Parts: sequence; C-alpha cells; structure tokens
Amino acid sequence: MTKIFTNQGGFLELYSLTISDIRELLKRKEISVIDVVNAVYRRIDAVEDRIKAFITITKEKSLEMAESAQKNINNDNAYLCGVPLAIKDNICTKGILTTCGSKILYNFIPPYESTVTSRLTENGYVLIGKTNLDEFAMGSSTENSGFHTTKNPWDLERIPGGSSGGSAAAVAADECIAALGSDTGGSIRQPAALSGVVGFKTTYGRVSRYGLIAFASSLDQIGPITKNVRDSAILLNVISGHDELDSTSAPLTVSDYTRVLGQDIKGMKIGVPGEYFIEGMDKEVEKAVRDALKKLESLGAIPVEISLPHTGYAVATYYVLATSEASSNLARYDGVRYGLRIEGKDLMEMYMNTRSQGFGAEVKRRIMIGTYALSSGYYEAYYRKAQQVRTLIKKDFEDAFKEVDVILTPTSPTATFKIGEKTAEPLQMYISDIFTISVNLAGVPAISIPCGFTSNNLPIGLQLIGSHFDEESILKVAYAYEQSTEWHKRKPIL
Amino acid sequence: MKISGKEIEHIATLARLYLQEEEKDLFGSQLSSILDYMDKLNELDTGDIEPTSHVLTLNNVMRADFLVDSIARQEALMNAPSRTEKFYRVPKIIE
Repeated sequence: MTKIFTNQGGFLELYSLTISDIRELLKRKEISVIDVVNAVYRRIDAVEDRIKAFITITKEKSLEMAESAQKNINNDNAYLCGVPLAIKDNICTKGILTTCGSKILYNFIPPYESTVTSRLTENGYVLIGKTNLDEFAMGSSTENSGFHTTKNPWDLERIPGGSSGGSAAAVAADECIAALGSDTGGSIRQPAALSGVVGFKTTYGRVSRYGLIAFASSLDQIGPITKNVRDSAILLNVISGHDELDSTSAPLTVSDYTRVLGQDIKGMKIGVPGEYFIEGMDKEVEKAVRDALKKLESLGAIPVEISLPHTGYAVATYYVLATSEASSNLARYDGVRYGLRIEGKDLMEMYMNTRSQGFGAEVKRRIMIGTYALSSGYYEAYYRKAQQVRTLIKKDFEDAFKEVDVILTPTSPTATFKIGEKTAEPLQMYISDIFTISVNLAGVPAISIPCGFTSNNLPIGLQLIGSHFDEESILKVAYAYEQSTEWHKRKPIL
Repeated sequence: MKISGKEIEHIATLARLYLQEEEKDLFGSQLSSILDYMDKLNELDTGDIEPTSHVLTLNNVMRADFLVDSIARQEALMNAPSRTEKFYRVPKIIE
C-alpha cells in the first residue's frame, strides 16, 4: 500500500506526508516502514535528476534502518521510528561519506557519529542521504558546492538558497519527510524561505554541535527543515538539550515543544523593526510579510513598532567574525589526517598544494579575509572591533525583548534568484543574508515559515525571532499563523 | 583600501594557499571592496564596549578525570591519505 485516501476523496502519496502523519499511520498499522521508504525512493528516482539535492544517497543503509525501525514500531518514545530524513553533508555520520560539500573531504568517512544523528538514531529514524551545501556551508545558493548546484523545486532555473539548499530542496520536493540543516548566518532559514518550507535555528547552545564540521564556531547551530511547524517542534524535541561532548551546549532542560502548539496568541506582542523594512526590498515580499502581520493581529496579537538600531552593521560584523573563525577552523585541512592530499617536495609544499587544489574560490576568499583580519597589526581594527559591535547588536535584541514576545521580519529581501545571477560579486551575495545574520550574532532563536508567493509563484518566507531559549513563543506564533493560512500546503509541480 | 599584490601574497602564504596570477588580481580587488565595506564599523564609537566572543555566559566545564572509551587507533587512521602501521605518514621534515 503506498497511497493514503483522504476524506476529501483524493489520495496522498506517502512521500508527501509529514512526520506526525507518518507516525500516526505507522502506529495504526495502516502502512509499514518499508512502504514509506519505498515511496520516498520512488520519488527520488522521479525527481532527483532535476533537483540534485543529494551528494550521497544511502539506500542500503535506509533499508537496514527501516527493518530495525519496523521491529520497534510500537515504542511510543521513539519519536521518529520509521521516518525517512535527509541530513546536511556537514554533519558527521559514522561510516557514511561526509564531504561538507568540499573536494578537500571528497573521501572522508567519519569514524564517529554526531550527537544529533545519534539522537535521531535512538529515536528510530531512517537515513535517506546526505544533502548538498555550499562548500563548508559558505554561501547562500549551493553554487559554491564542490560537486554541483541544487535546483529550486519551484523553478529549476533558480537556486534553492543556501547553504542548506540541498536539505531545503529535498524537503520541498518530497525527497524526504524532513531534514537537518545548519545555520551560521541564515543557512537554514534563507533556503527554507526560498524553497517554501519551514526552517528553525535554535538559540546558540540549544543543540549540540558535536560532529558538525566547524565553520564559525561561535555562530553555527544545527536545526530542522520541515514541511510544517509541528514537525519542526518534533525534531527539536529530539535534537535539543545539553551534551557533554560540546562544551558550548547549554546545560538547560528542554520542555516538550509540541505542547505550545495550538495555544492562544491573544495579547502576545509582535515587534516590527523599522530597520528590516528597507528601501529597495522586493515589494511582493514586503506585502506578504505585512499581510502576515495583519493575520497575526486578527488572531489577537499586538504589533509593536521597535528599533534594532545596529542592524546596518550586522553584515560587516558577521563577515569579520565568521571569516576569522573560519580561517582558524579550516587550518586543519592540511592533507595529513584525512581527506585530499596533493604531494609536494616537502611538508610545506604538500600543505599548500593540498589546500590550493582542495578548496574552492569562495572558501579561499573567506580564509584570505579571515587571515587578513587576524593578522598582526589588524586584529584590533577588525576582529576586536567586530566583537564590540556584536555586543551592541546583541543588546539591541535584549532591549527589544523587554517589550515584545517575538520579532517579525522578512527572512530574505527577495524570493529565489537565478543560478549565476549573484556569483560574480561576492558582496552582493553576502548582502542577501541581511535579515538573518543579526540573529546568529545575537545568538537568539528564529524560524522561517512560508507566508506567500510572488506573482511568478516563488515562495516567500516570514521570519519570527525569539528571545534567548524562548523557542516556545516562536513555535506558538508560527503555528497559529500556519494553521490560519494555506501556504504550507502548496507543493511545487515536478 | 587597496591591497597590494605583495600583501595578497603574504596573506596567502599565512593561509597556506598558492594563488594563480589571475586569482591574485581577482582576490586583491574583491578583498579591497569587502574590507572597505567592513570599514563601516568605524562609524561606531566602541571605546569602552566589552567585546563579545561568545553569546552565552560560559564557565569552565569540569569533569572527573576518568578513562572512557575513545576511537581505536586503527579507526582513527582509516582516513589517513598515507600511513605506516600506527602513524600518519608525512614528507620528511628533518634533513
């Protein structure tokens, strides 16, 4: 059995369902795990040639995991038992190729499992494959991948966003039920917005980074990319919480995030920062976001005009800090312990050959910027200065959250753009992250959910930002909005 | 701020990268415009503001000093581009 009849008389393919749907059907024994997995693979066979969301597809492993999930099907505590998920290829999976989208790790097989995938495994998930990303998660389009560019399921001539573009496209194209991504400056939320799905970046420290290949360690967070808000809450339940293997993970208890779904949002204060509604932003995006605010108002929320005065400095701050941290983190790729090695006449030449041939242009560019910013004589002017501005940006948010419960903004100033449109001018690409970057600098949590479509039928994303460790308020508002709209139910025609 | 060719070469060496001639030119001009953009931060007076290196208040994390299982040597060496028995193999560094 592969199709589920709905009470409207139509039918749904299993691959198009959500985590909660699948769990329900599995528990009621209406379907088996292998039905779901087979349905997902049929879908992959039908569309992956066009989407190219994956770097590695792990069919053999999927069948193995499906079999063990089926045995465990009655275990109510296994939240993801039998649910096919895709994992961004910068998250280490033991014994399974993990490339980080880079030729320098073209053959890297991790000898250990990341904490997030360990927790998914304990909960019975089925791994479908490892998804494409901009090399080392540096980019906003997947065009910097060392392997290929992923296509946006809504328009195959456009990018899916990035860096978690493979995960977002795989979810949007129903090539998996949900996925994990990682977000350093918007890499979960921006591709979720551009691909018409839900993406959640948690508070820094909420989710363990153990086994996430480091880009900028003070900013990186792993999070879910899903078809709806409930699935996001379910995945957060599984991956959140303290981990002794990550000394930056927060030693706080985590509540059941699904509990707040459906709670009344009457009287909640929604902050609207003037700095996020700027000259030159796409009119259709602005209208969709303003309409979303009206919708929330009609549900009883109270809009409050606020100011985040240092917003205009976020992109510059981010590119100093992220490139500095990256130049340090990426020093480990030297051809000695793993990955690519290009021999040379001595050790130095081997390092230089390996790195020059292994890294792509954007990664080299960022290593160069970071090395410059940290080099002797410039440290105070760039790195320390940026850390001070980071304090101001963080304080903007702390002040705002004294007055409001969540902050509402667009996720991205435009809908998805054409492949090749922004590759020539790196700064233009960097500025496309303008609405997501401050959130990472401040370390606060934020979601992107679908809030409309352009006249070209391209998805638009709404960002809701919460205060430190207040994922609940975000989920509550996001769910209330989603339940009163139909955007999340639209699917691309493939 | 214009970054000279010589400076680009110096940074590339620090970063252990060889750059082709055309890469040097391209990165030189791109880095110059990115750094100009970053100079925007100097509009702000940050004299006595504490720098943020980490958003959460972190303390040293201590634990008891006891032995736990770790990755076996052979497993850890599995990804090595070159190895001999228990060791990573690298080009000779002592003449």
